[in-house]
Amino acid sequence: MTSASQTRMPAGGVTAPPAGLRPGARAASRRAETRRKWYEIIGLTTPAVLIYVLFVLVPMGFAFYYSLFRWRGVGPPTEYVGFRNYALAFQDPIFLDALRNNAIIVFGSLLIQGPVALGIALLLNRRFRGRSAFRLLVFVPYVLAEVTVGIMWKLILTDGGTLDALLRSVGLGGFVQAWLADLDVVIWTLLFVLTWKYVGFAIILLLAGLSNVPPELNEAAEIDGASWWQIQRHVTLPLLGPTIRIWMFLSMIGSLQVFDMVWVTSVPAVRSLGASATMATYMVDNGFFARLWGYGNAVAVILFVISFVAALLFQRFLLRRDIEGAITRKVK
Amino acid sequence: MTVAVNSVPAPSAGRRPVQWNTPLTYALALAVAAVSIAPVVYVVIGGFRTTPQIVDDPAGLPDPWVWENYYRVLTQSGFWRQAFNSAVVALGTTLGVVVLGMAAAFVLARYTFRGREALYTFFTLGLLFPAGAAILPLYLLLRDLNLINSYYAVILPQVAFSLPLTIVILRPFLSAIPRELEDAAAIDGAGRLGFLWRIVLPLSRPAVVTVGILAFVASWNAFLLPLLVLGDVNLHTLPLGVQNFSSQYTTDTAGVLAFTSLAMLPALLFFTLAEKQIVGGLQGAVKG
Repeated sequence: MTSASQTRMPAGGVTAPPAGLRPGARAASRRAETRRKWYEIIGLTTPAVLIYVLFVLVPMGFAFYYSLFRWRGVGPPTEYVGFRNYALAFQDPIFLDALRNNAIIVFGSLLIQGPVALGIALLLNRRFRGRSAFRLLVFVPYVLAEVTVGIMWKLILTDGGTLDALLRSVGLGGFVQAWLADLDVVIWTLLFVLTWKYVGFAIILLLAGLSNVPPELNEAAEIDGASWWQIQRHVTLPLLGPTIRIWMFLSMIGSLQVFDMVWVTSVPAVRSLGASATMATYMVDNGFFARLWGYGNAVAVILFVISFVAALLFQRFLLRRDIEGAITRKVK
Repeated sequence: MTVAVNSVPAPSAGRRPVQWNTPLTYALALAVAAVSIAPVVYVVIGGFRTTPQIVDDPAGLPDPWVWENYYRVLTQSGFWRQAFNSAVVALGTTLGVVVLGMAAAFVLARYTFRGREALYTFFTLGLLFPAGAAILPLYLLLRDLNLINSYYAVILPQVAFSLPLTIVILRPFLSAIPRELEDAAAIDGAGRLGFLWRIVLPLSRPAVVTVGILAFVASWNAFLLPLLVLGDVNLHTLPLGVQNFSSQYTTDTAGVLAFTSLAMLPALLFFTLAEKQIVGGLQGAVKG
């Protein structure tokens, strides 16, 4: 310990300097203290900043640079083509299919998972014996790896597999489809599987939101003669606003990035025809596996810009709504 | 919804209704739970059947029960090696996230300096940078750094992409530690670093456990990054192993079922043990 540390003030504090020190010594010790503080700040934050900059920020910059070239990934890129890769992407019907599929997944997830999760969360927010066990079971799909879940459903949905056998055994054989191979069906199958996997996440968040609703409010509404449904509709739901918006935000970002599930469940041929491709699988198929690195990076930039802009717009919207006092004001 | 109308509880003084129309609640809860775990149960039980049994009757029960698939997967496949690789990568990621995130969050929470809020905003910006979009340039960067086919190729980017959320969760927690404790530590001769080590770290264990577990689970389940950067079969993690096994042994349905259920087991065990932290962590992240 240096002498500076003996007379050190609490960080950032404006407490009176220790008595008995001459003004000059006081100034010197304060300078030493400031220098020491900056050493600590730099020493503690540098590793995090470096790794964050190197692996999060730098790659996106490089992606844009590479996207301006026709490049097979060997040696430095030389064949500058400007924005042609972007033009090519938007002319490729498969990429447009991928965009459409992402849109289906984004909106399908919001529209299906939202109400379903809300219903289940309200159910599991009631107080009954064994509630925590039920909650645990409902969260299981969310905790499993997307890949494992994908393989699992692939086994169940395969042609002539379990689901088909079950349908036939209850006389619904007419509904049997090539769930993962029919070009018109596969995206809806994927949406179903994604919903099965991620509805638990929405439920986790909504239960947290529900636990924040003061019970006094419900009791007051009950005393005023409101029915259970009226209470949920007019008291609980408005209070859940912020939670629902945060979930929508996370769901949207996740849906735009979806890769694992599509990759493991879909037949490559079906994917390459666009029926089940998403932006992420299209990017990896073309950039990594077909070695069209310039083109793949252009798709990466498009995916990034779409996600980033969607996130920014949503955050503005979210922020504005929440600052307006969705919680505090409506309660009165 | 006429059923629910009956459920309006009679307002009773002092006691909140605990068991409104319990049968309906239980029926619904059971249905929801069944939908959630039926596929998982199916896969686990399917692992006890033989492929001919499954082809014969895809939706039937094992008759007789066979252990052979599980035994075969555990002894003859890369399951253990892949589980080991997954564990190394997930633990490395967790350690990195906790150490770097804690150090940065501590500075952002307990030091007053010019540019502090800018630095915080700089980190939170990372929440808007999706890892999926960056995967191709990330691969190129790792290739240039000669890290392809090493644990670091997965660990370092995973740490980097987990940092923003970690800092967002840790910072308010560290800010809430009372100033008096810091003053007391200073009086006892501890510098700020001593304060971090001896007081902040023990106090913030719940928050550290939360971010650690979130990072661990995310890493354990990761697929896209390992798929691109771990070409070496000996380095494959469990998600890659499941995918490979299922595409290599397409005709061995029973084996794939057994492998898949074994791959689910660690995650399920882990979740059962750490459910409070995982759920609480996700919820805390949203509330914060």
